This record gives sequence, C-alpha cells and structure tokens, in this order.
Amino acid sequence: MSDRTGAWALLARNRLAAGGLAVVALVAGLALAAPLLPLADPNATHLGERLLPPFSPGHLLGTDPLGRDLLARIVWGARVSLAVGAAAALFAAAVGSAAGLVAGYRRGPLDAVVMRGIDVLMAFPYLLLALAIVAVLGPGLTNAMLAIAVVNVPFFARTVRGTTVSIAGRPFVDAARLSGMGPARILLSEVLPGVLPVIVVTLTTTLGWMILETAGLSFLGLGAQPPQADLGAMLGEGRGLIVTAPHVATVPGLVILLLVVGINLLGDGVRDVLDPRLRAGTPGRPGMATAVGPGVGAEPKPPVGPGDAGDVVLAVSGLTTRFSLRGRTARAVDDVGFSVRRGECLGVVGESGCGKSVTALSLLRLVPTPPGEIAAGRVAFDGRDLLGVPLSDLTRLRGGRIAYVFQDPDTTLHPMLPVGRQVAEAVRVHQGAGRQAAATRAVALLGQVEIPEPNLRARSYPHELSGGMRQRVAIAMALANDPDLLVADEPTTALDVTVQAEVLALVDRLRRERGMAVMLITHDFGVVAEVCERVLVMYAGRVVESGPVADVIGRPRHPYTRRLIAAAPRLGQGDRPLAEIPGRPPAADALPAGCAFADRCDMAVPACADPVPEERPTPGRTVRCIRWREVGP
Amino acid sequence: MYGYVLRRLLMTVPVLLGVSVVVFLLMALIPGDPAHAILGPYATPDNVARLKAELGLDRSLPERYAVWLGHLLQGDLGRSYSLNRPVLDEVAERLGPTLLLAGTALVLANLLGLAAGIVAAVRQYGWQDRVLTLLVLAGISTPSFWLGLVLTLWFAVRLPWFPASGMHAPFGPSGAADVLHHLVLPAVTLAVVAAGVIARLTRANMLEVLRQDFVRTARAKGVDERGVVMRHAFRAALVNLVPVIGIQAGFVIGGAVYIETVFQWPGIGRMLVEAISTRDVLLVQGGVLVLSALYVLFNLAADVVQHLLDPRIPT
Repeated sequence: MSDRTGAWALLARNRLAAGGLAVVALVAGLALAAPLLPLADPNATHLGERLLPPFSPGHLLGTDPLGRDLLARIVWGARVSLAVGAAAALFAAAVGSAAGLVAGYRRGPLDAVVMRGIDVLMAFPYLLLALAIVAVLGPGLTNAMLAIAVVNVPFFARTVRGTTVSIAGRPFVDAARLSGMGPARILLSEVLPGVLPVIVVTLTTTLGWMILETAGLSFLGLGAQPPQADLGAMLGEGRGLIVTAPHVATVPGLVILLLVVGINLLGDGVRDVLDPRLRAGTPGRPGMATAVGPGVGAEPKPPVGPGDAGDVVLAVSGLTTRFSLRGRTARAVDDVGFSVRRGECLGVVGESGCGKSVTALSLLRLVPTPPGEIAAGRVAFDGRDLLGVPLSDLTRLRGGRIAYVFQDPDTTLHPMLPVGRQVAEAVRVHQGAGRQAAATRAVALLGQVEIPEPNLRARSYPHELSGGMRQRVAIAMALANDPDLLVADEPTTALDVTVQAEVLALVDRLRRERGMAVMLITHDFGVVAEVCERVLVMYAGRVVESGPVADVIGRPRHPYTRRLIAAAPRLGQGDRPLAEIPGRPPAADALPAGCAFADRCDMAVPACADPVPEERPTPGRTVRCIRWREVGP
Repeated sequence: MYGYVLRRLLMTVPVLLGVSVVVFLLMALIPGDPAHAILGPYATPDNVARLKAELGLDRSLPERYAVWLGHLLQGDLGRSYSLNRPVLDEVAERLGPTLLLAGTALVLANLLGLAAGIVAAVRQYGWQDRVLTLLVLAGISTPSFWLGLVLTLWFAVRLPWFPASGMHAPFGPSGAADVLHHLVLPAVTLAVVAAGVIARLTRANMLEVLRQDFVRTARAKGVDERGVVMRHAFRAALVNLVPVIGIQAGFVIGGAVYIETVFQWPGIGRMLVEAISTRDVLLVQGGVLVLSALYVLFNLAADVVQHLLDPRIPT
C-alpha cells in the first residue's frame, strides 16, 4: 500500500504528468457528466441558426450546418470518443496480455505459433490492417473499435510476453510450481502482479493512438454513423465547410489534440513511475567540459615537489572537484596538490572511490557536468592554468600535449569504427593531416605499440580484438601527437595478469624513448613499485602521503600507506597472506573534518578528529598524519 | 553480407505468406454469400450453386487459398466490380502517387526528427530542449487529418501559397514543379507525427550514448563538440534508430490514408476508403496486400542497413 501511495506521490510531483491528468480528468469528467450538464440537445436541429460562429449568444462554440449546438455535440462526441478509445484499449490489453502471458509462460510450440502470428500482424502497416478489418465487418463504430483494438493487440502481447519470460524464470515461480499450484493460479497470483506495470505502461502509451485512430476512422466515414457522432465524425462533417465555417471542423479537432496531449503526458508520467529504466536522461548529459566554480583561479599554493620549477610539466594545487546530486554534495577531490616533472612517472594510488580518477579527469576538465564541478584549484601546465583556458584551447590540448588512456578498453573505444580510423582521427584533429596521411600514421602508431600486422589490424573493429590489443590501440591513440604528459587511468586493471605486465612494460618503454611524463593511476602498489619514480597516495579525496617510490615503500609515514603496501599482491609470493584493510572509506558526502582514515586506523587517537595539517618529514615528501613519526615500516 | 541479405530475404517469405493468409481469411470471412449478393434476391438455387462452383466457393478454405495464391503470384488480383477493371491496373496506377507522398513525408520526418532529437539531446534541459519537447508532444498527439484541414485553411485558403487538393493543376502548367507544389502540404502534414516519434527516440538514444565511455574518449583525444556529437555519438545512436525509422514507415503509409482523403491525393489510401464504402472487397484486398508487401520489404532494407552500420551484429 505504501508503495502505491509512493507512486501516486511521484506522479503528482511530476508537474507535466499532473497537468496531463488534470486535462484528462476534465475531459472525462465533462463527458461522463454530459447527461447532467445544462447543455442543449446535441441532435436538435434549428435550421434558422445554421453555422453560427463561436461565442454567439446561446451557442458558446457556435452551431453546425443543421443548427445543432457545437458545444453540446463536442461534449457528447468526446463521450463517444473516450468510450470507444477506452474500450479498444481494454480489449487490446486483455487479449494481448492474455496471449503474452500464456505464450511466455508455456513457451514451446504454442509460444512459437503465437509469436509468429504477432509477427505477421505487425508486418501490416498499422492502419491498413484496421482498414481491412473494417472492410470486412462493414463501417460502424463498434467495428472501428474492434479493428483498432486488434491492431494494438501485438504491442501488448510482445511486451507482456517478454516480461513474463523473465519473471517465469525466477525462483519464486519455481517454488510455486513445486508447491503444487496449477499453471492458471501461478499465472494469476505470481506472474500477473509482476507483469501488471508493463501492461499499465503499454496501456497509457497506446491509449492516445487508439483515440486518434478511432477518430480517424470516423473521420473517413468508417466509424460512427449519423446521427451518432464522435469527435472524428464531427471533423469529417465539418471538412467540407473548412473555408466557410472553419470552426465546425477545427474545434472538435482541437479537443482531440488536447485530450491526446493530456493522455500522452500522463502516460509519460506513469512510465517514469513504473518503469524508471526508461526515464529520459535522468543524470543529465555530460557537457563538453567540467563546469568550473567561481572560486577557481585563486592564489595558487606553491607546488610541492622537486625544487627545479623549470623541470615541472604539470603543477596542480588546491584542486577540489565536487559532485552535486539531488541536493547532496560530495567532495570527490579535496584540496589536492602535486606536480609532475618532464619525463617522470608519477603513480597515484588508492582504493576505488578515493578520487584518483576524478583527479586525473579534472586536469583537462573531463569530469561530466552535471553532476561534477571543479570548485577550486589551479592546474598549471607549462605555466598556464588549464582551468581558465577557453574551450577551443582545451580541445587542442586534449589528446595533443596531454593524452589519456582509460581503464576499460571494452567500452572506451567506439564500437562501430575501425580502430585504425579512431587512431587516425586523433592525428587528423590535431595535425590537420589528410585522410590518407593520417591512416598511414595510424598504422605506424599501431606498429609502435607492438600490434602485429598493424595494417591489417587497423581495419578491425574493437570487438574483434582482445582486451590487451584494445588497450594497445588506446595507447597508440594517445601517442598520436607526441604528448608531453600521458595520463593513464588504471590502464591495466581490466586485463589478465600477463597482459598487464606487457602493457606496463610498453608504457614504460615509450615513456623512456619519448621523454614523456606519465601519470599512472592504479590501486596496486606493486605496479607503482615497478614503473614509477614518485607516488601519491590518495584517500577519501585527499593526498595523504607523497614522495619518491623507494622512500615511501621503504618507510611509509601514513598508516594507510603502510596497510596499502601490505595489501599489494606480489608475484611469486602467492602464499603470503594479504593484509586486507578492514572497514570502508567514509561516504564522500559525509567526510569528517579530521582524518578520514581514523575510523579504520589502528593508531587513531582522539586528536585525529581535528583537521590534520600537511607535514614534510623530508624534502620531497608530504604526509597528513599527526602520528607520522610513529608509523613503522 | 550477401549471405545475410539472402537469408534475411528468405525469412521474409513466411512473413509475406502470413500476410497473404490474413488478408485471404479476412476476405473469406466476410459475412454473407457473394453468390447471393451477385445474383440478387430472385436467383434460383440452381444458379446460385453454378456460380458458387464457378467462383470456387464450393471448395474447402485451404483449396480456395491455394487457388487464390496461385492467381496472386501470377499478378492476378481479380477484378474491381465498382471500377470494372483489373485490380492490379488500378493499384499500379495509384501506387506512384502514394509512394511519392509517403516517401517524401518519411524523408521530411527523418530530417526534422533526427535534427530535433539531436539538438534536444545536446541542449538537454535548455530552452531549445523545452521548446522541442513541447513541439514533439504536440506532433505525436495531433490528429493528422485535422492538421491537414488546418494547414489547408491557412496555407491554401487564407494565404494562397499552395493548392488545397489534388496532385496536378487542372489547367495551366503541369510537370514536376507542379506536382511538387501540390506535394508540399500533404507531405508536411503526413511527416509531423512520424517526425515527433523519431525526434523523441533520437533524443533518448543520444542521451544514452552521450554518457558512454567512448564519447569521453573522443573528448579526451581532442575531438570538438560537433565531431563528438555527430561522428561519435550520432553514429552510435543511429544503429538503434534505423529500426524505428522502419516502423515509422508503416505509420506513414497508414497515415497516408487520411492525408490522401483530406488533400484528394490520387493514391491507394483514398482508393481504399472509396473501395470500403462501395464494399469493393477485391480492391481493398489488392491495395492492402501491395502496401503491406512494400512495408515488409522496407523493413527488410532497414534491417540490412542496421547490419551494415553495426559491425558487432554477426551477419
């Protein structure tokens, strides 16, 4: 019950749907109350009052060629249209749902026969089948209703069958079967409740069509026959008068339009409530670049890192990226600062959700907005603040001097374009090369990332390549314009262990050959130890420790780093017990003022609840822990 | 690919047969006895029996279907009694205008619908999206026969820009320009509803695709927004839109019945309505069969195009 009131509340909160409901209720209410309303007799002819225009005294909407009151005729006509449309919808829903339920539950030959029958019905253009049925049954309102109902049966049968098949496979249906319930009872008591929302959604989305089409048949003279008139028949009668007395046809048409708009709005609302999967674009579409908050560009903090500033390619300070969803704000990245030297490999480590990927994406404003927003900070690349550059410059930098490789090569390449073309595109958009030159360069790049037979592979689609090969393609794409900085966001996480090692070795080799800096994001300290020179440890959106890799691994200063190193699997030490870190990081929208790790830390003291300053134990190292002196190796 | 097209072509044979069975059964189930109807109330039982034998009505339904199908395959759709000419001739004569009208409307609906859907998706929740969403809602809720009348009133009567009806001017210049001039109002009217549906689904599909990882990859490699939207996102969304377009063709063909009636367009739709009111069953049957077969073939083509666009579907 509470579920149902919840649904009503949702529907009411959707203003458009509520408006639709109001329109439908108004029209339906008027139509139902027609006999009680102080209306003129819709069929009383007054030849002296023919074709009066709207707003004539006594006839608000004017009169038709026989002097009949249009308002009265419209209310009575709407009554007929609504009744016929609703009857057709219920008929189609009942027959189609029954067929779908039985076919989906029984499966086997019966299912095949029903579904082939549905296929054949759907092979007809919608209205033509209805016309053929009317041709057989003869013109008339009931026959038109039946015809429209029949052509809508397939829509119900198909969707209901699909849902039934998925529900019939669930354990509770098996349980009912085993407990000796008959198929009819199982269908009605176990399956039907699950299918009902689908039926309601189909009903509300097809009701509008059915009213339109029955009105259409009446308009053609194949539905309601005089003296009975639905809205469609009124339109048909007024057709010949469109020049001399346009209101006779246009007003009933407007009423149909209004009614169907109402039904469709209501239908969309009902669908959103009952079938949230179909809700159109709830989280919003990611824009071209992350929104940048008003506080950005404030006085930069001095970058942390090696002294020689001329050697620094990227200097980030105070970077704060937030996500706002449904009124709650989460700080995914909070006051993060670091720098990357030319040709250096910087590792960024942390558990999933610690903000390392968001940090990487924030550099070139690739975090989707909405919900993301860069609230503060500075990203200096060669001295320019990337958070302030115009969009066109940002586009030039992306894939140009700063390139990305993303985590899951399964989803990061365009599934419908040959990989060679995707690499070539990176060349073309930056170097303005011709199609042919770019293609040649793409093949060369594919060769450089050790893809065998690159000229053949260039024509492959992503799904034809292995995960490792796809990641090599992504790397080739990133290398296309000889970037100064390669940001690799968990490039090996989705790959097999042996392929991981190969891809890492490839990145390492390319870095050394080209003197390009690499920012390698990973959750695996083993990977960092292998290829990085410096490391940044992130926890709950903050940098908790940083420094040269050998130093940090040899002498971690933060309890979290120590645990993370202990948790890293090492090849050849399979039987070493992995020290899992108990507990979970705090939710990003409920970060404590003090140390976010305190809850999971075995060294925590009450003072950890206060804000933790950043300490510099030795040159080139930072740590955020008040007890860093006591952290053992 | 050719293998796939061939297989898919073979798969449409049973569908077409099914369509023919449905049409045959519908016509065979018409209440009343055609022999009585033809001979009138004073026919002798002897004469009725003779005519029944002549028409094959004394045989079983499957036998009658086989004979009927045989004739159908030879292009014999029977004879229209109201027009007193072969059904095939009449249908062939009216097919061109219907295809011209429906084809133009479908092209218009695609141009408008795809463009509106893309713009609405790219400007989601912006004013363009709001305006387009409203227009789309109005479009899919509009009775097209009413819209035809309103457009006639405004753009043929009050502003005499376009002819109100017909396909050719009765006097004066004729030719392609004249036909095009007559085509504008009916084609626009017919396109509105389909454009609305296509726009709606384009928007939804584009929003879905724009959230995917490969779009982020495109941005990260420096593709500008136009390239991201068109070359990457739309390219991927189009695969799901092609079947939608195929289905809309059916609605356009059906909607042509109203539009041809409103604009006195000499196509199959108007022929069907007239044939139903004169109860010229064979003419209805012929018109429905031909248009349905074309619709089936159009969807076959849509299916093949979808396969060409999406390398992931095994062929």
